[in-house]
Amino acid sequence: MDATIATLRRNSLDVAAARRRCLGYRRRILDISQQVGALHIAPAFSCTEITDILYNNLMRRETDGGYRDVFLMSKGHGCMIQYVILEEQGVLSRSDLDAYCKPNGRLGAHPDYETPGIAASTGSLGHGLGMATGQAYAEKLKNSDVLIYCVLSDGEFQEGSTWEAMMMAANLKLDNLIAFMDFNDFGGLERMSDGHPAFYPLVPKAESFGWEAVEVDGHDEAAMHEAVMARRGGRPMLLVCRTVKGKGISFMENVPIWHYRSPNKEEYIQGLKELASAPL
Amino acid sequence: MRNRFADTFYELGKADPRLCVVVADISPAGSIAKFRNEFPRRFVNTGVSEQIMIGMTAGMAQRGLKPFAYTIATFTLYRPFEMVRDDLCYQNLPVTVVGIGGGVTYSTLGATHHAQEDVAIASAIPNLSVVAPCDPSEVEAATRWCAAQDQGPVYLRLGKAGEPDLSKAALDPWVFGKVRRLREGRDVCILSYGPIMKRAFALAERFEASGKSAAIVSVHTLKPLDREGLARILQTYAHVVVIEECAPNGSLAMRVKELAWDTDVTCRIDAFTLKDAFIHCYGSHDDILDAHGLGVSELTARLGLQ
Repeated sequence: MDATIATLRRNSLDVAAARRRCLGYRRRILDISQQVGALHIAPAFSCTEITDILYNNLMRRETDGGYRDVFLMSKGHGCMIQYVILEEQGVLSRSDLDAYCKPNGRLGAHPDYETPGIAASTGSLGHGLGMATGQAYAEKLKNSDVLIYCVLSDGEFQEGSTWEAMMMAANLKLDNLIAFMDFNDFGGLERMSDGHPAFYPLVPKAESFGWEAVEVDGHDEAAMHEAVMARRGGRPMLLVCRTVKGKGISFMENVPIWHYRSPNKEEYIQGLKELASAPL
Repeated sequence: MRNRFADTFYELGKADPRLCVVVADISPAGSIAKFRNEFPRRFVNTGVSEQIMIGMTAGMAQRGLKPFAYTIATFTLYRPFEMVRDDLCYQNLPVTVVGIGGGVTYSTLGATHHAQEDVAIASAIPNLSVVAPCDPSEVEAATRWCAAQDQGPVYLRLGKAGEPDLSKAALDPWVFGKVRRLREGRDVCILSYGPIMKRAFALAERFEASGKSAAIVSVHTLKPLDREGLARILQTYAHVVVIEECAPNGSLAMRVKELAWDTDVTCRIDAFTLKDAFIHCYGSHDDILDAHGLGVSELTARLGLQ
């Protein structure tokens, strides 16, 4: 086994610092929203804490600072939060984000494989968990201890392909695969729990497919941290993370139009004000 | 073809621990069963789940392995089409997608099992190389190339079992991306690929009987197409015949005619493809090819031969 494993480190969880970071990420995304006609703000805000805890707490680093574990954003439309974190970490540059969705840039509204920090091209829903399953299996074959973290939308669990991956990951006993479902309860058209009652309950479905599964508050990093630390292991794990689409900006929360809309100047200023007065 | 693929893969797999095979509930033929017994972790059966078969191979390739996905051609390409396109081709990963029973090989199973447009569809996707060997020895050469290459995804289209060895007397070695002369001739050149190549040989005999010397060329790599090699053939021969087991739209025939226009050649071109139709008939592979209008006697008549 690789000698560097002994030197892997995980940051300890500082909840107040995490809150400050997440406010900063949301502010940065609002800033970027003023450069482009449209972007996926609300889907990024619902998984802000999930993405933060992965990059800043759960994923282990090598001694050279690079990540040993893998982050795969299956809900590709949420990638804005990943971009701003990769920018903060120096993996992407400020000029990369300034050129977001512009012809001279390399960042689009969905992540593209081989862009620094991006583990897979996603955007079409229902692909990420299959690739993550293959990645986790490859690490098993290589006898490595690398963990594959995959963030999915709840809508992706309406894709049959996601359930093919759920079955296979459990069959292969991939205890190195940890998936986070961003359970914000909104599809593009409607509240999922209104239109698709048979979709629930979620935790028993995952458990019956052979996964370890827990439901947690997806904006509570301490709760998510505790859930992952309490992992029993021996099989893949799913955290069903209850979240609010557009979390942090009152007029965006649970309002479908913010799935893919840029705030105008007035809304932008209002949003910044709300973030500035948010409790830490 | 299937057995030669299995033998070759087994031999290569013994030497390269990165080679894996992911199947979707297809019984492993011949040496693939041996591979499974000797390297059980490198053989994965996803069950009747083709989307995860392709998705997994993408993830495995991203983490440094060299996977082959393997099942019946319709299920390897059509059912998980978006996974082939997005996961393998968009990301340009070195995964070989093996389709068994390309064309209408599964002649008794109906059109659900006829991959009659596979070459056309696969050729339309950026980054995807398309290789269709005509006999077991071409299968072996193609499999070796697929296992060694790192450039991107490949659709490797195979027949079934029992195909005759047609390239024994080939004038050229098998080289990826290059047309290959299987038989010399002066007056006519017949272009073909895949198991229907046997009909190219039958047609060549009819030409000979009519006093015309017919060459046969294996266009085993459909993408990238050897435009230079084909242009030379179009310039050299007064008469070029294409016979293939693929629907007309997106066929080799269509591309050869396009090339003829692009290169200003004036040779006669006769193109014989599958019909743009689902054939509701059952029988041997030969019966289904005949039903698609590709019977040797019918072609002989259409070519004005005796």
